[in-house]
Amino acid sequence: MSALRRTPLYALHRRLGARLVPFAGFEMPVQYRSILEEHAAVRRTAGLFDVSHMGQIHLRGPGALASVERLVSCPVATLRPGRVRYGLLCNDDGGVVDDITVYRSADDAFLLCVNASNIEKDWRWIVRHADADAELSNRSDETALLALQGPAALAVLAPLCDFDPGRLRRFQFAEGTVAGGPVLVSRTGYTGSDGFELYLDARGAEALFETLLDAGRPHGLVPAGLGARDTLRLEAALPLYGHELDDTTSPLEAGLDRFVKRAAGGFLGAEAIERRAAAGHERALAGFVVEGRGVARGGYAIAREGRSIGIVTSGAPSPTLGKPIGLGYVPPALAAPGTTLDIVVRERPVPARIVSTPFISN
Amino acid sequence: MADYEIPGDLSYTREDEWIRVENDRATVGVTDYAQQQLGDIVFVELPAVGTTVERGEPFGVIESVKAVSDLYAPMSGEVVEANPDLANHPEHVNEDCYGDGWMITIRISDATDLDTLIDAAHYQQHVQDRGTE
Repeated sequence: MSALRRTPLYALHRRLGARLVPFAGFEMPVQYRSILEEHAAVRRTAGLFDVSHMGQIHLRGPGALASVERLVSCPVATLRPGRVRYGLLCNDDGGVVDDITVYRSADDAFLLCVNASNIEKDWRWIVRHADADAELSNRSDETALLALQGPAALAVLAPLCDFDPGRLRRFQFAEGTVAGGPVLVSRTGYTGSDGFELYLDARGAEALFETLLDAGRPHGLVPAGLGARDTLRLEAALPLYGHELDDTTSPLEAGLDRFVKRAAGGFLGAEAIERRAAAGHERALAGFVVEGRGVARGGYAIAREGRSIGIVTSGAPSPTLGKPIGLGYVPPALAAPGTTLDIVVRERPVPARIVSTPFISN
Repeated sequence: MADYEIPGDLSYTREDEWIRVENDRATVGVTDYAQQQLGDIVFVELPAVGTTVERGEPFGVIESVKAVSDLYAPMSGEVVEANPDLANHPEHVNEDCYGDGWMITIRISDATDLDTLIDAAHYQQHVQDRGTE
């Protein structure tokens, strides 16, 4: 337990009364006051998250573009500077090493934002597969990442910036000054609501977090923890590595086809992904709503007519819908919206129905 | 550290349940410490009236947004009442854990089970021992 790492905001979380729990090797705030309140704030006003546990790996130099193009499943050459794309790092079996976002800040400069639990694995993978003329750096420790999410995020952020963050469209970013310090401002997030992610030097993180909280208070901004982050991303049906994705899962099984350059190929794992697709997948990720009494949780069995047919990868009560929802793997033939099945909750089948995702529309 | 309400007239278990004993009946709920630790409670599953429960065995389930926790019977006996409102209002456990958030009433089958309960002062100490971070 003593090996747990802390983000630059640890002391502030303590002062704010957060409940801290181990997550991906870090001691992270799961909630400050209430997961439901924090969830509602992000949907209606805004929430501020510390996600500094996430990793930042930079590639630059003449070999950077070719390296990133080969490493990630999404197209990179067509990504213009100032834009972000979601993609996968895949292994030789077509499984997912990690799901990441790719930032292009210049023709020859990229930032990969990676999951905290995978920083070391990704770093080894990237070092192994990048070209010799790509300069690599892992700046995860010295980089803080704040996520300001919710419909009021722009109103909170704009007065603090030396540029208009409102000109950023979804999946665009800019490097500018926020509250007097240099920040990479990205119109991205992991909640299904509008918002921004702010990358900055770890030393400025506490001051910026407090400045944002103060500036946002009149707008209804609250600090929000990983508990709300999880229910928010689940409502948006965004996958979480270790749950919907792992080293054995093809991105196509997870329904991530649109983030995979299938026609062009040319990235690590591409052949294996196509080979597996041609052979036919045995499972597909589907979203479901629980219609009976019981909450689906990751690891619960999915059954139909008394026979186990799949497994829940994530499940929780949806604060927005007021009923439990989940994601899980089922045979592709049973993944169509409208299909009824059971979630096995403490050995009892509870009726559920496959629905189209995301669960909420934004 | 947060403050927890621990009424002096109740008995407690180390599993964070409170018990109000009246004659041969014991009403059971979870403590303020438990509900604060759990966070927003979204689901409570209780046994049917008439069910027999065993001391130390799970009798029900309480779920917060994040987690599922078992409820342990503080004594053996027959469930003579189960709070019917918690099915639709699990938030009563957060709002009023010693009142509207009560869970079940047990007809005590073995009075010596009462000797395993602790009083408010001991429970307070138990919470403090765990709560010091």
